[in-house]
Amino acid sequence: MKSLGSIRRSFAPWNDPQARPFISFRNVTKRFGDFTAVDDLSLDIHEREFFALLGASGCGKSTLLRMLAGFEHPTSGAILLDGQDLAGIPPYRRPVNMMFQSYALFPHMSVEANIAFGLKQDGMPKPQIEARVKEMLKLVRLEQFARRKPHQLSGGQRQRVALARSVAKRPKVLLLDEPLGALDKKLREATQFELMDLQQELGLTFLVVTHDQEEAMTMADRIAIMDRGKVMQVATPAEVYEAPASRFVADFVGNVNILEGTVSERSGDAATITGASGAQIRVENAGAAAAGSAVAFAIRPEKIRVSSRRPEGAANVMEGEIWDLAYLGDMTVYHVRLADGQVVKASALNSSRTVDDPLSWEDRAWISFAPDAGVVLTR
Amino acid sequence: MARAIETTTGGEAAARAGAQAGEGPGTRLAAALASRFVILVPYLWLLFFFLVPFGIVFKISLSHTAIAMPPYTPVLGLGEGLAGLFAGLRELSFENYLWLVDDALYLNAYVSSVVIAAVSTLLTLVVGYPLAYAMARAPGSLRPVLLMLVILPFWTSFLIRVYAWIGILKPEGLLNQFLMWVGVIDTPLLIMNTHTAIFIGIVYSYLPFMVLPLYATLEKMDFSLIEAAQDLGCPPMSAFWKITFPLSLPGVVAGCLLVFIPAVGEFVIPDLLGGSQTLMIGKTLWNEFFANRDWPVASAVAIILLLILVLPIMFFQRAQARAQEQER
Repeated sequence: MKSLGSIRRSFAPWNDPQARPFISFRNVTKRFGDFTAVDDLSLDIHEREFFALLGASGCGKSTLLRMLAGFEHPTSGAILLDGQDLAGIPPYRRPVNMMFQSYALFPHMSVEANIAFGLKQDGMPKPQIEARVKEMLKLVRLEQFARRKPHQLSGGQRQRVALARSVAKRPKVLLLDEPLGALDKKLREATQFELMDLQQELGLTFLVVTHDQEEAMTMADRIAIMDRGKVMQVATPAEVYEAPASRFVADFVGNVNILEGTVSERSGDAATITGASGAQIRVENAGAAAAGSAVAFAIRPEKIRVSSRRPEGAANVMEGEIWDLAYLGDMTVYHVRLADGQVVKASALNSSRTVDDPLSWEDRAWISFAPDAGVVLTR
Repeated sequence: MARAIETTTGGEAAARAGAQAGEGPGTRLAAALASRFVILVPYLWLLFFFLVPFGIVFKISLSHTAIAMPPYTPVLGLGEGLAGLFAGLRELSFENYLWLVDDALYLNAYVSSVVIAAVSTLLTLVVGYPLAYAMARAPGSLRPVLLMLVILPFWTSFLIRVYAWIGILKPEGLLNQFLMWVGVIDTPLLIMNTHTAIFIGIVYSYLPFMVLPLYATLEKMDFSLIEAAQDLGCPPMSAFWKITFPLSLPGVVAGCLLVFIPAVGEFVIPDLLGGSQTLMIGKTLWNEFFANRDWPVASAVAIILLLILVLPIMFFQRAQARAQEQER
């Protein structure tokens, strides 16, 4: 059986209808004055899941996180954690901890004291606190910085202190607000994998808010794509990328070509889509698109092949002209201008060092793709 | 990528070094002289308007009272040549300081001044802290207005504002009239000419000096720290004492010293509101100078007062230096 994406996941409680969700947002709405930050949103998150809320700034993702932490209260709707309604429970009594975007480390306390802060609040006996702090310092590899103050640490070290402080209490859920936003690119990539390992090791439920799709794709089991206070799609990274539910999601995640047209023929799962200029696209996965309806055909650049001669035996072939070219090292990006004027982006992995028939600007070129390479979008 | 950045910064540094070398020694000397001159101006100011008057007062404190113009001897001068000047210097003595120790009046006045100033400072802190906190948490658009309201009283004379308090606090004053009209009390409260009146006067007059430094530190504070503390299980009141208050300590220290130091030597408020019963060093000083016409003892009182105040001022500067170190 064919699978979306290259990773097989054994952990997928969201596919089990018997599984009880761990966190439930039920018809949650949050308004600030006339502004609706979260709009009648429902969402289920399972235990031990690494869940990402992805969206542009102002889409309501941070508000959602802050409502779960208890800093904001829903205007209407309910938030349930492990079956318990959180309404009326103040932040300091909720079994969730948050890692703040600014890290919010206490500047007048040492690294140790920062990590021990939450444990002291719980009245944990001193020897146990010391043991837990030591364990946390080891976990984030900051043993020799225990007595330093936050301002004596680098950005990456501060991030790790914030992480250690927020997991020290072993919360049921760890909330991460743009956890890697303040780090540089290299460090960010390394830390992504560290966070994933940490989540596996501690067996906690992670809920991360981010505007960085690569971050969400790398780390999360499932992603919720948000726009203007609503959830547009909740799915695994592969599903979000390979089977977006709408034009918005297809466009928001990664690069995409969107070709508008109408379904001119339908038989079983297959269909033919005819564009305004008469160009026809044959697809094998038309889904729910009814005959005669206006649809969008979305295809990712790497699914399109560009060649200097007309390819034989391809299901879909279109002729055009090389409009723009970019060599990025690991791959080459082509912008091909079709006969009707639309520019299609295509990319090719440079899997060998030499190429037989290199293309140049204004060359005649053909693009081709398989009948299941794209998706038909009705929304 | 990282290497590319390094090369650019390296190139910039080289360019800057080249530019500096191109300026030549003449311009550099002029710049050095100019910067010396800039430092010189405040030093000269301090010399003429602080150190020289201080020296004069110190000299008077070592002189003897005399019924003359000026009312002390010796009057040092070069009128009788250098020998006369040395003869005058030999006459100076510390007897006025011994007198201050002999008469319990002065010690009592110092102690009572420090106690009154300390209590008023504490009261000002208790009143000023919530005010500054509320200002720091107020919406950004409202803050300039609130700041303006704190500074507004400075637009009228300090003396007039203290006189106004007489009108409010006296037995038939506004406060008593109001309380009796409401029916809270039957007989007027005697606030005028008590320590309470002095406390009210000092708290009222010095409140801006407390609020402004407190506001400055609280406004800089990242309030997500409070959220972090609550998130980690700390109730709001406890979060205040564990996070907000320790972080606002530089402001607390600055505010307290700005109130305490002038309050110790305060003369107008105890004189107008405290009546004849209160003993404060500012009033004692005034009496020595103008009622007793004993300039040498008055000067000695002033010098000792200065010594008492130098300690908290030094403490203040140390605290400030430490706070700056922390921020770096």
